Amino acid sequence: MKKLYSRPESLNKSASGFCPGCMHGTITKITAQVIDELELGEKTICCLPVGCGTLGLLYWNLDLVGCAHGRAPAVATGIKRSRPQNLVFTYQGDGDLGAIGTAEIIHAANRGENFTTIFVNNSIYGMTGGQMAPTTLVGQKSTTSPTGRDPALAGYPMNISEIIASLRAPAYVARFAVNTPANINKAKAGIKKAFEIQLRNGGFTFIEILSNCPTNWGMTPLETLDFIEEQTMKQFPLGIFKEPEEEIDKC
Amino acid sequence: MTRVFMKGCEAIAEAAIRGGCRFFAGYPITPQNEIPEYMSRELPRHGGVFVQGESEIASIYMVYGAAAAGNYAMTSSSSPGISLKSEGLSYLAAAKLPAVVVSVMRAGPGLGTILPAQNDYFQATKASGHGGFRTITFAPSTLQEAVDLTYQAFEYAQRDRNPVIIAIDGFLGAIMEPVVLPPFKELKEPPKWAVTGKKGKMYHIITPATANENSQQAFNLQMEKLYRRWAQEDVRVEEYRVEDAEFVFAAYGTSGRVCKSVVNALREQGVKAGLIRPITINPFPYRSFEKLDPDRVKAVIVAEMAIPPQLLYDVRVGVGRAIPITIVRASGGNIISQKEAVEKVLSLQKGEMDYEEII
Ligand SMILES: Cc1ncc(C[n+]2csc(CCOP(=O)(O)OP(=O)(O)O)c2C)c(N)n1
Ligand code: SF4
Repeated sequence: MKKLYSRPESLNKSASGFCPGCMHGTITKITAQVIDELELGEKTICCLPVGCGTLGLLYWNLDLVGCAHGRAPAVATGIKRSRPQNLVFTYQGDGDLGAIGTAEIIHAANRGENFTTIFVNNSIYGMTGGQMAPTTLVGQKSTTSPTGRDPALAGYPMNISEIIASLRAPAYVARFAVNTPANINKAKAGIKKAFEIQLRNGGFTFIEILSNCPTNWGMTPLETLDFIEEQTMKQFPLGIFKEPEEEIDKC
Repeated sequence: MTRVFMKGCEAIAEAAIRGGCRFFAGYPITPQNEIPEYMSRELPRHGGVFVQGESEIASIYMVYGAAAAGNYAMTSSSSPGISLKSEGLSYLAAAKLPAVVVSVMRAGPGLGTILPAQNDYFQATKASGHGGFRTITFAPSTLQEAVDLTYQAFEYAQRDRNPVIIAIDGFLGAIMEPVVLPPFKELKEPPKWAVTGKKGKMYHIITPATANENSQQAFNLQMEKLYRRWAQEDVRVEEYRVEDAEFVFAAYGTSGRVCKSVVNALREQGVKAGLIRPITINPFPYRSFEKLDPDRVKAVIVAEMAIPPQLLYDVRVGVGRAIPITIVRASGGNIISQKEAVEKVLSLQKGEMDYEEII
């Protein structure tokens, strides 16, 4: 009998502690599948954030480094510069990357550091209980924007991918979603492409993935799928914002 | 061994490279810019990496990453910059990562002045970040000592898997002195705990977190054991002409240097003066003070470039109440005045005693 589906090698057998229906699980899984498919398990070093992604300390079957809140891109810089032979990636939430760690991500991108960032954008601070993030949508409620985000007081959501794509050094910047099987496949292909670019020393690669937080959005997992399609994607359109020139030629 | 004439900051940078440092990240701040500048020039020649970080915070986390990958890594800064590094120092201590951090103190608080001071004694010895961790903290008073301690600092950091602080001030960073440079150390393979990619099913985890209250307490107890061992085995101190001294100075770093001249000047006038100069300001040489004979020693004079005083607290713990303690001090960028220190002892000799209370 042929085995068609199993847990990726790059993940442990431990049970997931993410909330039911949370897309952190999907994003972790497809990243692990890519690592397996490229046979990079023994080569990979994963830098974890502070946020729900920290739980990855229990799930990844990879060399792991827990980083301080927002600082994973600086840590990854130190690792990759010390060990260019390894595949290095950071896995970060939008509070971690888009607020406290803005300087670290922008400057790592601007130096063209040869590692990959997987940016999980769920428009909220999940781990701390649903506070407003830089990516919270206009009008979206959170525990620190109880009547909805008011641009007059809190400004507008930050489109981090577009900001990073405006820099010269980054090689590949793209935004995906995992709300449908088709989108999951595209996101997985994007992660694979980013890792391949890194493996040929192509420079900084940035994969944003739109995610949910059923617990703090106050929705069922199914409702979050529609919300992402109807609301989140309006503010954060999917697409490739930057890619290496040779890839563009191929299209 | 090569004997050369070097500036303090550059001598420390060179000693680090010779001690195996192959990764440096830092952010500009006076009076320590010569360290990153030297590293940017020299490290690549030895196959090492220099990164100018976008901040002190980013720099110490680059060091965190390099250390996690098994590299010998260093960063340096000065007072406001060390404050920014304090979170990272705490994370290094929590994740058991070795690194060397050079703190070139300037006057404060706040932006203060760019001039030499010793206001960051507490920061360098007791409160380098949250969570109650400690570091071995070296406080050299000559450039030769700075070179030797920096060279060895990497070994201590690796031995303990803990950051080591080298605490100097802007004066030592800027002066020039002849130094004998040690030979280049042979580089080692990354230690077994470093993240280098998993082998089979065995993967490495570097984490600043613990799972629950019991594992956190177990970690704290384990670290306490390490700190106790330092107190037993790693204390370094210079006791200069203390055997028969009636007036004993307590001073480290630049102040220690000044006080050595003060002791010599007083001895020439027939005054029995001595100096206890902590070289490790953590672990602190309490024992050197505990063993002072109250029947012989008339006063201990703490000399430090910090107002209000800080070294005084540790000296008080060592001396207890049996011997009066007084101080000679300066701050803001002023160096301890040799004349003032001599006069202080002469007036003490005449019986004009003033006690210094801890505030
Ligand atoms: C210096 C510091 N500040 C604040 C926190 C508290 N904190 C932990 S997780 C988190 C937010 C995480 O949100 P996000 O990055 O969006 O990730 P998510 O949990 O939503 O995946 C914060 C603020 C911290 N651990 N460290
Ligand atoms: S709190 Fe939100 S982001 Fe965190 S695991 Fe639960 S659903 Fe996911």
